Amino acid sequence: MQMRPQALPLSVLEAQYYVDQFNARYGDILDRGDYAAWIELFTEDCLYKVIPRENHDAGLPLATMALESQGMLKDRAYGIVNTLFHAPYYQRHVIGVAQILNDNGSEIRATANYSVFRTKPGSVSEIYNVGRYLDVFLREGAGLKLKERVCVFDSEMILNSMIYPI
Amino acid sequence: MNFAPQALSTDGLPRWDGEGSSRIPFWAYTDPAVYRRELERMFYGNGHWCYVALEAELPKFGDYKISYVGERQVIVVRERDGSLNVVENRCAHRGVRFCQKPRGNARSFVCPYHQWTYKLNGDLAGLPFRQGVKKDDGEIQGGMPPDFDLKQHGLTKLKVAVYNGLVFATFDHDAPSFEDYIGPDVLPWLNRIFDGRKLTILGTNRQRIPGNWKLMMENIKDPYHPGLLHTWFVTFGLWRADQQSRMVMDEHGRHAVMISQRNAGGEAKAVTEGVTSFKKDMALNDARLLDVVPEYWWKGPTVTMITLFPSVIIQQQVNSLSTRHIVPSGPDSFDFVWTHFGFEEDDEAMTRRRLRQANLFGPAGFVSADDGEVIEFSQDGFRQKGADGATICELDGRGVAPTPHMVTETLIRGMYGYWRKVMEL
Ligand code: FES
Ligand SMILES: [Fe+2]
Repeated sequence: MQMRPQALPLSVLEAQYYVDQFNARYGDILDRGDYAAWIELFTEDCLYKVIPRENHDAGLPLATMALESQGMLKDRAYGIVNTLFHAPYYQRHVIGVAQILNDNGSEIRATANYSVFRTKPGSVSEIYNVGRYLDVFLREGAGLKLKERVCVFDSEMILNSMIYPI
Repeated sequence: MNFAPQALSTDGLPRWDGEGSSRIPFWAYTDPAVYRRELERMFYGNGHWCYVALEAELPKFGDYKISYVGERQVIVVRERDGSLNVVENRCAHRGVRFCQKPRGNARSFVCPYHQWTYKLNGDLAGLPFRQGVKKDDGEIQGGMPPDFDLKQHGLTKLKVAVYNGLVFATFDHDAPSFEDYIGPDVLPWLNRIFDGRKLTILGTNRQRIPGNWKLMMENIKDPYHPGLLHTWFVTFGLWRADQQSRMVMDEHGRHAVMISQRNAGGEAKAVTEGVTSFKKDMALNDARLLDVVPEYWWKGPTVTMITLFPSVIIQQQVNSLSTRHIVPSGPDSFDFVWTHFGFEEDDEAMTRRRLRQANLFGPAGFVSADDGEVIEFSQDGFRQKGADGATICELDGRGVAPTPHMVTETLIRGMYGYWRKVMEL
Protein backbone atom coordinates (compact mmCIF):
# COMPACT_ATOMS: atom_id res chain seq x y z
CA MET A 1 0.00 0.00 0.00
CA GLN A 2 1.47 3.33 -1.02
CA MET A 3 0.07 6.02 1.21
CA ARG A 4 1.23 9.55 0.71
CA PRO A 5 0.53 12.30 3.20
CA GLN A 6 -1.88 14.86 1.80
CA ALA A 7 -2.74 18.38 2.76
CA LEU A 8 -4.45 17.73 6.06
CA PRO A 9 -7.50 19.58 7.37
CA LEU A 10 -7.38 21.26 10.76
CA SER A 11 -9.21 18.30 12.22
CA VAL A 12 -5.89 16.45 12.00
CA LEU A 13 -5.34 17.10 15.69
CA GLU A 14 -8.58 15.40 16.46
CA ALA A 15 -7.73 12.40 14.28
CA GLN A 16 -4.27 12.23 15.83
CA TYR A 17 -5.79 12.23 19.28
CA TYR A 18 -8.31 9.51 18.46
CA VAL A 19 -5.82 7.23 16.75
CA ASP A 20 -3.18 7.55 19.45
CA GLN A 21 -5.77 6.90 22.13
CA PHE A 22 -7.01 3.92 20.18
CA ASN A 23 -3.52 2.48 19.81
CA ALA A 24 -2.78 2.91 23.50
CA ARG A 25 -5.94 1.02 24.29
CA TYR A 26 -5.20 -1.64 21.66
CA GLY A 27 -1.78 -2.37 23.18
CA ASP A 28 -3.17 -2.46 26.68
CA ILE A 29 -5.93 -4.90 25.71
CA LEU A 30 -3.47 -7.31 24.09
CA ASP A 31 -0.97 -6.99 26.93
CA ARG A 32 -3.73 -7.99 29.31
CA GLY A 33 -4.81 -10.85 27.04
CA ASP A 34 -8.39 -9.59 26.79
CA TYR A 35 -9.23 -11.14 23.44
CA ALA A 36 -12.96 -10.48 23.65
CA ALA A 37 -12.15 -6.78 23.85
CA TRP A 38 -9.56 -7.10 21.07
CA ILE A 39 -12.16 -8.52 18.68
CA GLU A 40 -14.48 -5.59 19.44
CA LEU A 41 -11.86 -3.13 18.22
CA PHE A 42 -12.45 -4.35 14.65
CA THR A 43 -15.33 -4.04 12.20
CA GLU A 44 -17.20 -7.17 11.22
CA ASP A 45 -15.60 -7.46 7.77
CA CYS A 46 -12.15 -6.44 9.02
CA LEU A 47 -8.78 -7.51 7.75
CA TYR A 48 -6.04 -8.32 10.27
CA LYS A 49 -2.66 -9.48 9.05
CA VAL A 50 0.78 -10.03 10.52
CA ILE A 51 3.17 -10.23 7.60
CA PRO A 52 6.97 -10.42 7.28
CA ARG A 53 8.38 -7.28 5.69
CA GLU A 54 10.25 -9.56 3.29
CA ASN A 55 6.94 -10.73 1.77
CA HIS A 56 5.27 -7.34 1.95
CA ASP A 57 8.09 -5.58 0.12
CA ALA A 58 8.30 -8.31 -2.52
CA GLY A 59 4.55 -8.15 -3.14
CA LEU A 60 4.10 -11.73 -1.92
CA PRO A 61 0.80 -12.40 -0.17
CA LEU A 62 1.78 -14.96 2.47
CA ALA A 63 1.28 -13.69 6.01
CA THR A 64 2.10 -15.22 9.38
CA MET A 65 -1.48 -14.59 10.50
CA ALA A 66 -4.18 -13.55 8.03
CA LEU A 67 -7.68 -13.08 9.38
CA GLU A 68 -10.42 -11.71 7.17
CA SER A 69 -13.39 -11.18 9.48
CA GLN A 70 -14.38 -10.77 13.10
CA GLY A 71 -15.35 -14.45 12.92
CA MET A 72 -11.77 -15.41 12.12
CA LEU A 73 -10.54 -13.22 14.97
CA LYS A 74 -12.86 -15.19 17.23
CA ASP A 75 -11.44 -18.44 15.90
CA ARG A 76 -7.94 -17.20 16.61
CA ALA A 77 -8.90 -16.13 20.13
CA TYR A 78 -10.46 -19.54 20.75
CA GLY A 79 -7.23 -21.14 19.52
CA ILE A 80 -5.10 -19.08 21.89
CA VAL A 81 -7.20 -19.89 24.90
CA ASN A 82 -8.30 -23.45 24.18
CA THR A 83 -6.35 -25.25 21.48
CA LEU A 84 -2.81 -23.94 20.99
CA PHE A 85 -0.44 -25.63 23.37
CA HIS A 86 2.30 -23.15 24.29
CA ALA A 87 4.43 -21.79 27.05
CA PRO A 88 2.72 -18.66 28.35
CA TYR A 89 4.42 -15.29 27.96
CA TYR A 90 3.76 -11.66 28.68
CA GLN A 91 3.54 -9.25 25.81
CA ARG A 92 4.32 -5.56 26.20
CA HIS A 93 3.43 -3.27 23.31
CA VAL A 94 5.15 0.05 22.86
CA ILE A 95 3.38 1.89 20.07
CA GLY A 96 4.78 5.11 18.65
CA VAL A 97 2.86 8.24 17.79
CA ALA A 98 0.69 7.63 14.74
CA GLN A 99 1.22 9.32 11.44
CA ILE A 100 -2.13 10.37 9.98
CA LEU A 101 -1.97 9.86 6.24
CA ASN A 102 -5.50 10.68 5.25
CA ASP A 103 -8.79 11.56 6.88
CA ASN A 104 -11.88 11.90 4.75
CA GLY A 105 -14.25 12.35 7.65
CA SER A 106 -15.45 8.76 7.81
CA GLU A 107 -12.21 6.86 7.26
CA ILE A 108 -8.74 7.55 8.64
CA ARG A 109 -5.61 6.04 7.18
CA ALA A 110 -2.65 5.98 9.52
CA THR A 111 0.57 4.19 10.37
CA ALA A 112 2.43 3.72 13.63
CA ASN A 113 5.65 1.98 14.58
CA TYR A 114 5.45 -0.67 17.25
CA SER A 115 7.67 -2.93 19.24
CA VAL A 116 6.53 -5.91 21.23
CA PHE A 117 8.59 -7.34 24.06
CA ARG A 118 8.19 -10.89 25.27
CA THR A 119 8.81 -12.07 28.80
CA LYS A 120 8.52 -15.76 29.60
CA PRO A 121 8.00 -16.93 33.16
CA GLY A 122 11.28 -16.85 35.05
CA SER A 123 13.17 -15.35 32.16
CA VAL A 124 14.52 -12.06 30.85
CA SER A 125 12.59 -9.73 28.54
CA GLU A 126 13.32 -10.04 24.84
CA ILE A 127 12.55 -7.91 21.82
CA TYR A 128 9.98 -10.13 20.18
CA ASN A 129 8.56 -8.33 17.17
CA VAL A 130 9.27 -4.94 15.66
CA GLY A 131 7.38 -3.34 12.82
CA ARG A 132 4.68 -0.91 11.83
CA TYR A 133 0.95 -0.90 11.60
CA LEU A 134 -0.71 0.07 8.32
CA ASP A 135 -4.22 0.99 9.40
CA VAL A 136 -7.61 1.95 8.09
CA PHE A 137 -9.95 3.20 10.83
CA LEU A 138 -13.66 3.81 10.51
CA ARG A 139 -15.23 6.52 12.58
CA GLU A 140 -18.05 4.90 14.49
CA GLY A 141 -20.11 7.13 16.73
CA ALA A 142 -17.71 8.75 19.12
CA GLY A 143 -14.95 6.23 18.55
CA LEU A 144 -12.94 4.35 15.96
CA LYS A 145 -12.92 0.79 14.72
CA LEU A 146 -10.25 -0.95 12.71
CA LYS A 147 -11.34 -1.88 9.25
CA GLU A 148 -7.84 -2.97 8.45
CA ARG A 149 -4.65 -3.49 10.44
CA VAL A 150 -1.64 -4.92 8.66
CA CYS A 151 1.35 -5.48 10.96
CA VAL A 152 4.44 -5.46 8.76
CA PHE A 153 7.30 -6.74 10.87
CA ASP A 154 11.04 -6.30 10.37
CA SER A 155 12.08 -9.14 12.69
CA GLU A 156 13.57 -11.69 10.32
CA MET A 157 13.17 -14.56 12.76
CA ILE A 158 10.17 -15.23 14.92
CA LEU A 159 11.39 -16.43 18.29
CA ASN A 160 9.97 -19.93 17.93
CA SER A 161 6.24 -19.37 17.73
CA MET A 162 3.72 -16.54 17.54
CA ILE A 163 0.67 -17.33 19.63
CA TYR A 164 -0.86 -13.96 20.55
CA PRO A 165 -1.80 -11.21 18.13
CA ILE A 166 0.48 -8.21 17.68
CA MET B 1 19.44 -51.37 29.40
CA ASN B 2 21.88 -48.93 30.86
CA PHE B 3 22.33 -45.47 29.47
CA ALA B 4 25.21 -44.38 31.64
CA PRO B 5 27.75 -42.46 29.58
CA GLN B 6 30.29 -44.80 28.09
CA ALA B 7 33.97 -44.43 28.61
CA LEU B 8 34.78 -42.01 25.81
CA SER B 9 36.34 -43.68 22.83
CA THR B 10 39.44 -42.34 21.16
CA ASP B 11 37.44 -40.01 18.92
CA GLY B 12 36.02 -38.34 22.01
CA LEU B 13 32.42 -39.15 21.10
CA PRO B 14 29.92 -40.95 23.27
CA ARG B 15 28.77 -44.42 22.23
CA TRP B 16 25.14 -45.55 21.84
CA ASP B 17 24.58 -48.39 24.26
CA GLY B 18 22.39 -51.34 23.30
CA GLU B 19 20.92 -52.52 20.03
CA GLY B 20 18.40 -50.97 17.69
CA SER B 21 17.14 -47.41 17.45
CA SER B 22 14.09 -47.27 19.69
CA ARG B 23 15.84 -45.54 22.60
CA ILE B 24 17.62 -42.43 21.44
CA PRO B 25 20.23 -41.13 23.89
CA PHE B 26 19.80 -37.51 24.91
CA TRP B 27 23.39 -36.76 23.94
CA ALA B 28 22.39 -37.30 20.30
CA TYR B 29 20.58 -33.95 20.65
CA THR B 30 22.96 -32.05 22.91
CA ASP B 31 26.60 -33.08 22.37
CA PRO B 32 28.63 -30.51 20.37
CA ALA B 33 31.12 -33.07 19.06
CA VAL B 34 28.30 -35.32 17.84
CA TYR B 35 26.77 -32.29 16.17
CA ARG B 36 30.05 -31.47 14.38
CA ARG B 37 30.18 -34.99 13.01
CA GLU B 38 26.55 -34.62 11.90
CA LEU B 39 27.40 -31.49 9.94
CA GLU B 40 30.27 -33.28 8.22
CA ARG B 41 28.46 -36.49 7.47
CA MET B 42 24.77 -35.58 7.18
CA PHE B 43 24.92 -32.12 5.65
CA TYR B 44 28.27 -31.86 3.86
CA GLY B 45 29.23 -35.40 2.93
CA ASN B 46 28.30 -39.06 2.61
CA GLY B 47 26.24 -38.51 -0.52
CA HIS B 48 23.52 -36.41 1.12
CA TRP B 49 21.58 -33.90 -0.96
CA CYS B 50 20.22 -30.80 0.77
CA TYR B 51 17.31 -28.60 -0.23
CA VAL B 52 18.25 -25.02 -1.16
CA ALA B 53 15.37 -23.41 -3.10
CA LEU B 54 12.34 -23.67 -5.31
CA GLU B 55 13.12 -22.93 -8.92
CA ALA B 56 10.23 -20.49 -9.15
CA GLU B 57 12.04 -18.19 -6.70
CA LEU B 58 14.66 -17.52 -9.39
CA PRO B 59 12.82 -17.08 -12.68
CA LYS B 60 15.28 -14.86 -14.59
CA PHE B 61 18.89 -14.99 -15.71
CA GLY B 62 21.03 -13.61 -12.90
CA ASP B 63 18.40 -14.03 -10.17
CA TYR B 64 20.01 -15.25 -6.98
CA LYS B 65 19.13 -15.98 -3.40
CA ILE B 66 21.14 -16.82 -0.33
CA SER B 67 20.42 -20.21 1.16
CA TYR B 68 22.07 -22.77 3.40
CA VAL B 69 23.47 -26.26 3.31
CA GLY B 70 23.86 -27.14 6.96
CA GLU B 71 25.52 -24.10 8.52
CA ARG B 72 27.31 -23.13 5.31
CA GLN B 73 25.81 -20.23 3.42
CA VAL B 74 25.45 -20.74 -0.32
CA ILE B 75 24.20 -18.70 -3.27
CA VAL B 76 21.70 -20.22 -5.67
CA VAL B 77 21.84 -18.39 -9.00
CA ARG B 78 20.24 -18.71 -12.44
CA GLU B 79 22.68 -19.00 -15.38
CA ARG B 80 22.23 -17.48 -18.82
CA ASP B 81 21.32 -20.92 -20.23
CA GLY B 82 18.58 -21.38 -17.61
CA SER B 83 20.46 -23.84 -15.43
CA LEU B 84 21.08 -23.18 -11.74
CA ASN B 85 24.40 -22.92 -9.94
CA VAL B 86 25.01 -23.27 -6.25
CA VAL B 87 28.28 -21.82 -4.90
CA GLU B 88 29.50 -21.21 -1.40
CA ASN B 89 29.27 -17.62 -0.16
CA ARG B 90 32.90 -17.43 0.93
CA CYS B 91 35.57 -15.53 -0.96
CA ALA B 92 38.53 -17.62 -2.07
CA HIS B 93 40.90 -14.79 -1.16
CA ARG B 94 40.46 -14.19 2.55
CA GLY B 95 37.23 -15.95 3.32
CA VAL B 96 34.80 -13.03 3.27
CA ARG B 97 31.09 -13.81 3.05
CA PHE B 98 30.87 -11.40 0.14
CA CYS B 99 27.18 -11.57 -0.81
CA GLN B 100 25.04 -9.77 1.76
CA LYS B 101 21.75 -9.12 -0.02
CA PRO B 102 19.40 -12.07 0.59
CA ARG B 103 17.99 -11.86 -2.95
CA GLY B 104 18.94 -10.01 -6.06
CA ASN B 105 20.04 -10.14 -9.66
CA ALA B 106 23.69 -10.18 -10.69
CA ARG B 107 25.89 -10.81 -13.72
CA SER B 108 28.92 -11.58 -11.57
CA PHE B 109 29.84 -11.57 -7.89
CA VAL B 110 32.41 -9.07 -6.68
CA CYS B 111 33.87 -9.38 -3.21
CA PRO B 112 33.91 -5.88 -1.69
CA TYR B 113 37.16 -6.34 0.23
CA HIS B 114 39.68 -6.57 -2.64
CA GLN B 115 37.29 -6.85 -5.56
CA TRP B 116 38.02 -10.38 -6.62
CA THR B 117 35.38 -11.07 -9.22
CA TYR B 118 33.61 -14.36 -9.80
CA LYS B 119 31.43 -15.63 -12.63
CA LEU B 120 27.96 -16.89 -11.75
CA ASN B 121 29.33 -20.45 -11.86
CA GLY B 122 31.89 -19.61 -9.18
CA ASP B 123 34.95 -19.37 -11.45
CA LEU B 124 37.38 -16.64 -10.52
CA ALA B 125 37.23 -14.17 -13.42
CA GLY B 126 39.91 -11.79 -12.25
CA LEU B 127 41.47 -9.80 -9.45
CA PRO B 128 42.98 -6.31 -9.17
CA PHE B 129 46.77 -5.90 -9.47
CA ARG B 130 47.27 -9.47 -10.52
CA GLN B 131 50.12 -8.35 -12.84
CA GLY B 132 51.29 -5.77 -10.33
CA VAL B 133 51.30 -1.99 -10.74
CA LYS B 134 53.55 -0.43 -13.35
CA LYS B 135 55.33 2.73 -12.29
CA ASP B 136 56.16 5.61 -14.69
CA ASP B 137 59.72 4.34 -15.05
CA GLY B 138 58.44 0.95 -16.14
CA GLU B 139 59.19 -0.85 -12.90
CA ILE B 140 56.46 -3.29 -11.88
CA GLN B 141 55.55 -3.45 -8.24
CA GLY B 142 53.79 -6.35 -6.58
CA GLY B 143 51.44 -8.68 -8.37
CA MET B 144 50.52 -12.27 -7.76
CA PRO B 145 53.14 -14.99 -8.19
CA PRO B 146 53.52 -16.02 -11.86
CA ASP B 147 52.19 -19.49 -11.11
CA PHE B 148 48.97 -18.19 -9.55
CA ASP B 149 46.22 -20.00 -11.42
CA LEU B 150 42.78 -18.38 -11.59
CA LYS B 151 41.22 -21.77 -12.29
CA GLN B 152 42.38 -23.12 -8.96
CA HIS B 153 40.85 -20.29 -6.94
CA GLY B 154 37.17 -20.11 -7.63
CA LEU B 155 34.35 -20.37 -5.11
CA THR B 156 33.44 -23.78 -3.74
CA LYS B 157 31.01 -25.22 -6.25
CA LEU B 158 28.25 -27.57 -5.25
CA LYS B 159 26.73 -30.32 -7.32
CA VAL B 160 23.16 -29.28 -8.20
CA ALA B 161 19.97 -31.24 -8.86
CA VAL B 162 16.88 -29.51 -10.20
CA TYR B 163 13.92 -31.82 -9.86
CA ASN B 164 10.54 -30.65 -11.19
CA GLY B 165 10.89 -27.26 -9.58
CA LEU B 166 12.83 -28.31 -6.45
CA VAL B 167 16.50 -27.36 -6.14
CA PHE B 168 18.91 -29.50 -4.15
CA ALA B 169 22.68 -29.24 -3.77
CA THR B 170 25.56 -31.15 -2.25
CA PHE B 171 29.22 -30.49 -1.47
CA ASP B 172 29.83 -34.18 -2.22
CA HIS B 173 30.56 -34.45 -5.93
CA ASP B 174 30.47 -38.24 -5.67
CA ALA B 175 26.86 -38.21 -4.44
CA PRO B 176 24.45 -40.51 -6.28
CA SER B 177 21.83 -38.99 -8.57
CA PHE B 178 19.03 -37.15 -6.76
CA GLU B 179 16.51 -39.77 -7.88
CA ASP B 180 18.66 -42.56 -6.47
CA TYR B 181 19.11 -40.59 -3.28
CA ILE B 182 15.37 -40.32 -2.76
CA GLY B 183 14.70 -43.89 -3.86
CA PRO B 184 11.76 -45.60 -5.58
CA ASP B 185 9.50 -45.78 -2.51
CA VAL B 186 9.41 -42.05 -1.80
CA LEU B 187 9.90 -40.59 -5.29
CA PRO B 188 6.31 -41.24 -6.48
CA TRP B 189 5.02 -39.13 -3.58
CA LEU B 190 7.29 -36.30 -4.63
CA ASN B 191 6.08 -36.66 -8.20
CA ARG B 192 2.48 -36.43 -7.07
CA ILE B 193 3.04 -32.78 -6.05
CA PHE B 194 5.98 -31.90 -8.30
CA ASP B 195 5.07 -33.36 -11.66
CA GLY B 196 6.68 -30.58 -13.69
CA ARG B 197 3.81 -28.10 -13.30
CA LYS B 198 5.03 -24.55 -12.85
CA LEU B 199 4.91 -23.36 -9.25
CA THR B 200 4.00 -19.94 -7.91
CA ILE B 201 5.62 -18.61 -4.75
CA LEU B 202 3.23 -17.28 -2.11
CA GLY B 203 5.88 -16.19 0.41
CA THR B 204 8.13 -17.08 3.31
CA ASN B 205 7.88 -17.44 7.08
CA ARG B 206 10.93 -17.84 9.29
CA GLN B 207 11.17 -19.07 12.83
CA ARG B 208 14.12 -19.79 15.11
CA ILE B 209 13.44 -22.87 17.18
CA PRO B 210 15.65 -23.53 20.21
CA GLY B 211 15.95 -27.28 19.78
CA ASN B 212 18.07 -29.84 17.94
CA TRP B 213 17.38 -29.97 14.18
CA LYS B 214 16.52 -33.70 14.27
CA LEU B 215 13.55 -32.96 16.51
CA MET B 216 11.84 -31.32 13.55
CA MET B 217 12.58 -34.28 11.30
CA GLU B 218 11.13 -36.65 13.89
CA ASN B 219 8.12 -34.42 14.50
CA ILE B 220 7.12 -35.03 10.89
CA LYS B 221 7.94 -38.73 11.17
CA ASP B 222 5.70 -38.96 14.21
CA PRO B 223 2.09 -39.74 13.25
CA TYR B 224 1.33 -40.45 16.91
CA HIS B 225 1.20 -36.83 18.10
CA PRO B 226 -0.97 -34.85 15.62
CA GLY B 227 -4.29 -36.33 16.76
CA LEU B 228 -3.29 -35.70 20.38
CA LEU B 229 -1.39 -32.40 20.45
CA HIS B 230 -3.36 -30.59 17.76
CA THR B 231 -7.03 -29.89 18.47
CA TRP B 232 -7.77 -28.97 14.86
CA PHE B 233 -6.51 -32.32 13.58
CA VAL B 234 -8.52 -34.51 15.91
CA THR B 235 -11.65 -32.33 15.99
CA PHE B 236 -11.95 -31.70 12.25
CA GLY B 237 -10.67 -35.12 11.17
CA LEU B 238 -7.54 -33.81 9.43
CA TRP B 239 -5.18 -36.29 11.06
CA ARG B 240 -6.22 -38.95 13.56
CA ALA B 241 -5.79 -42.61 14.21
CA ASP B 242 -9.13 -43.74 12.77
CA GLN B 243 -8.21 -42.46 9.31
CA GLN B 244 -6.96 -44.62 6.52
CA SER B 245 -3.19 -44.07 6.57
CA ARG B 246 0.15 -45.39 5.41
CA MET B 247 3.71 -44.83 6.54
CA VAL B 248 6.28 -45.16 3.76
CA MET B 249 10.06 -44.97 3.96
CA ASP B 250 13.06 -45.40 1.69
CA GLU B 251 15.24 -48.49 1.95
CA HIS B 252 17.64 -46.74 4.37
CA GLY B 253 14.91 -45.46 6.68
CA ARG B 254 16.08 -41.85 6.27
CA HIS B 255 13.32 -40.38 4.07
CA ALA B 256 9.65 -40.96 4.75
CA VAL B 257 6.10 -40.07 3.80
CA MET B 258 3.13 -39.99 6.15
CA ILE B 259 0.03 -40.43 4.02
CA SER B 260 -3.53 -40.17 5.17
CA GLN B 261 -7.07 -39.49 4.10
CA ARG B 262 -9.33 -37.07 5.89
CA ASN B 263 -12.49 -38.26 7.62
CA ALA B 264 -15.54 -36.48 8.98
CA GLY B 265 -14.00 -35.88 12.41
CA GLY B 266 -16.29 -35.58 15.39
CA GLU B 267 -16.66 -38.04 18.24
CA ALA B 268 -15.32 -41.57 17.86
CA LYS B 269 -14.67 -43.44 21.09
CA ALA B 270 -11.40 -45.08 20.07
CA VAL B 271 -9.63 -41.85 19.15
CA THR B 272 -11.42 -39.06 21.06
CA GLU B 273 -12.31 -40.53 24.44
CA GLY B 274 -10.09 -39.04 27.10
CA VAL B 275 -8.22 -36.95 24.52
CA THR B 276 -8.24 -33.49 26.07
CA SER B 277 -7.41 -31.73 22.83
CA PHE B 278 -10.62 -33.05 21.24
CA LYS B 279 -13.30 -30.33 21.37
CA LYS B 280 -16.66 -31.91 20.74
CA ASP B 281 -18.63 -28.73 20.28
CA MET B 282 -16.02 -26.67 18.52
CA ALA B 283 -17.18 -25.07 15.30
CA LEU B 284 -15.46 -22.37 13.29
CA ASN B 285 -16.97 -18.90 13.33
CA ASP B 286 -15.64 -18.37 9.83
CA ALA B 287 -15.65 -21.63 7.88
CA ARG B 288 -13.43 -20.16 5.16
CA LEU B 289 -10.43 -21.07 7.33
CA LEU B 290 -11.04 -24.66 6.37
CA ASP B 291 -12.81 -24.44 3.04
CA VAL B 292 -11.27 -27.60 1.58
CA VAL B 293 -11.72 -28.27 -2.13
CA PRO B 294 -10.27 -31.54 -3.45
CA GLU B 295 -7.78 -31.22 -6.31
CA TYR B 296 -7.49 -33.56 -9.29
CA TRP B 297 -3.92 -34.60 -8.49
CA TRP B 298 -4.66 -35.78 -4.94
CA LYS B 299 -5.91 -39.17 -6.15
CA GLY B 300 -7.08 -40.16 -2.68
CA PRO B 301 -4.84 -38.87 0.10
CA THR B 302 -5.68 -35.46 1.58
CA VAL B 303 -2.37 -35.18 3.37
CA THR B 304 1.18 -36.25 2.57
CA MET B 305 4.03 -35.16 4.82
CA ILE B 306 7.36 -35.91 3.18
CA THR B 307 10.63 -35.80 5.13
CA LEU B 308 13.69 -35.68 2.88
CA PHE B 309 16.62 -36.28 5.16
CA PRO B 310 18.30 -34.19 6.44
CA SER B 311 17.17 -30.79 5.29
CA VAL B 312 13.55 -30.43 4.22
CA ILE B 313 9.93 -31.27 4.86
CA ILE B 314 7.41 -31.04 2.07
CA GLN B 315 3.85 -30.54 3.18
CA GLN B 316 0.55 -31.12 1.50
CA GLN B 317 -2.22 -30.82 4.04
CA VAL B 318 -5.51 -30.38 2.17
CA ASN B 319 -5.04 -27.25 0.01
CA SER B 320 -1.96 -25.94 1.77
CA LEU B 321 1.47 -26.63 0.28
CA SER B 322 4.89 -25.70 1.61
CA THR B 323 8.53 -26.61 1.82
CA ARG B 324 10.09 -26.28 5.27
CA HIS B 325 13.84 -25.89 5.17
CA ILE B 326 15.88 -26.92 8.22
CA VAL B 327 18.98 -24.77 8.80
CA PRO B 328 20.86 -26.09 11.83
CA SER B 329 22.78 -23.74 14.09
CA GLY B 330 24.61 -25.59 16.83
CA PRO B 331 23.21 -28.69 18.56
CA ASP B 332 20.42 -26.79 20.27
CA SER B 333 18.94 -24.44 17.67
CA PHE B 334 17.80 -24.33 14.07
CA ASP B 335 16.08 -21.94 11.75
CA PHE B 336 12.94 -23.20 10.08
CA VAL B 337 12.11 -21.52 6.79
CA TRP B 338 8.69 -22.06 5.28
CA THR B 339 8.04 -21.35 1.61
CA HIS B 340 4.38 -21.63 0.68
CA PHE B 341 3.58 -22.25 -2.94
CA GLY B 342 0.80 -23.02 -5.37
CA PHE B 343 0.65 -23.78 -9.07
CA GLU B 344 0.46 -21.48 -12.06
CA GLU B 345 -2.71 -23.34 -13.03
CA ASP B 346 -4.47 -22.23 -9.79
CA ASP B 347 -7.36 -19.82 -10.19
CA GLU B 348 -7.72 -16.87 -7.85
CA ALA B 349 -10.11 -18.71 -5.56
CA MET B 350 -7.60 -21.53 -5.09
CA THR B 351 -4.77 -19.12 -4.32
CA ARG B 352 -6.95 -17.41 -1.72
CA ARG B 353 -7.87 -20.79 -0.28
CA ARG B 354 -4.22 -21.82 0.02
CA LEU B 355 -3.48 -18.53 1.77
CA ARG B 356 -6.39 -18.93 4.20
CA GLN B 357 -5.38 -22.47 5.05
CA ALA B 358 -1.85 -21.16 5.63
CA ASN B 359 -3.29 -19.98 8.97
CA LEU B 360 -2.94 -23.59 10.11
CA PHE B 361 0.81 -23.59 9.46
CA GLY B 362 3.97 -21.62 10.09
CA PRO B 363 5.14 -20.04 13.34
CA ALA B 364 1.61 -18.92 14.25
CA GLY B 365 -0.23 -21.89 12.75
CA PHE B 366 -3.18 -23.52 14.50
CA VAL B 367 -1.52 -26.93 14.08
CA SER B 368 2.17 -26.08 13.93
CA ALA B 369 2.93 -23.31 16.41
CA ASP B 370 2.69 -25.94 19.11
CA ASP B 371 5.20 -28.20 17.32
CA GLY B 372 7.88 -25.52 17.73
CA GLU B 373 6.87 -25.21 21.36
CA VAL B 374 7.12 -28.93 22.18
CA ILE B 375 10.48 -29.12 20.40
CA GLU B 376 11.79 -26.37 22.67
CA PHE B 377 10.44 -28.22 25.73
CA SER B 378 12.05 -31.47 24.52
CA GLN B 379 15.46 -29.82 24.28
CA ASP B 380 14.95 -28.31 27.75
CA GLY B 381 14.21 -31.79 29.09
CA PHE B 382 17.25 -33.37 27.46
CA ARG B 383 19.49 -30.64 28.81
CA GLN B 384 18.23 -31.06 32.32
CA LYS B 385 18.64 -34.85 32.47
CA GLY B 386 22.20 -34.76 31.26
CA ALA B 387 24.08 -37.50 29.49
CA ASP B 388 22.34 -40.60 30.73
CA GLY B 389 18.77 -40.11 29.49
CA ALA B 390 17.09 -41.54 26.43
CA THR B 391 13.79 -41.14 24.62
CA ILE B 392 11.41 -44.09 24.14
CA CYS B 393 10.13 -44.67 20.61
CA GLU B 394 8.47 -48.06 20.93
CA LEU B 395 4.92 -47.50 19.77
CA ASP B 396 4.22 -50.42 17.42
CA GLY B 397 7.35 -52.32 18.46
CA ARG B 398 11.09 -51.83 18.19
CA GLY B 399 11.65 -52.74 14.57
CA VAL B 400 11.60 -50.68 11.40
CA ALA B 401 9.09 -51.30 8.60
CA PRO B 402 6.53 -49.39 6.56
CA THR B 403 3.06 -49.68 8.11
CA PRO B 404 -0.54 -49.47 6.87
CA HIS B 405 -1.60 -47.31 9.83
CA MET B 406 -0.46 -44.36 11.94
CA VAL B 407 -0.30 -45.88 15.40
CA THR B 408 3.44 -46.23 15.17
CA GLU B 409 6.83 -44.62 15.77
CA THR B 410 8.51 -46.76 13.12
CA LEU B 411 9.64 -43.82 10.97
CA ILE B 412 11.58 -42.31 13.86
CA ARG B 413 13.27 -45.65 14.52
CA GLY B 414 14.04 -45.83 10.81
CA MET B 415 15.77 -42.46 10.82
CA TYR B 416 17.87 -43.20 13.92
CA GLY B 417 18.83 -46.62 12.61
CA TYR B 418 20.28 -44.86 9.58
CA TRP B 419 21.78 -42.06 11.68
CA ARG B 420 23.52 -44.55 13.92
CA LYS B 421 25.06 -46.33 10.97
CA VAL B 422 26.34 -43.19 9.26
CA MET B 423 27.56 -41.66 12.52
CA GLU B 424 29.27 -44.91 13.57
CA LEU B 425 28.14 -44.41 17.16
S1 FES C 1 38.60 -11.26 0.82
FE1 FES C 1 37.46 -11.26 -0.99
S2 FES C 1 38.66 -10.11 -2.31
FE2 FES C 1 39.88 -10.17 -0.55
FE1 LIG D 1 2.56 -31.50 14.81
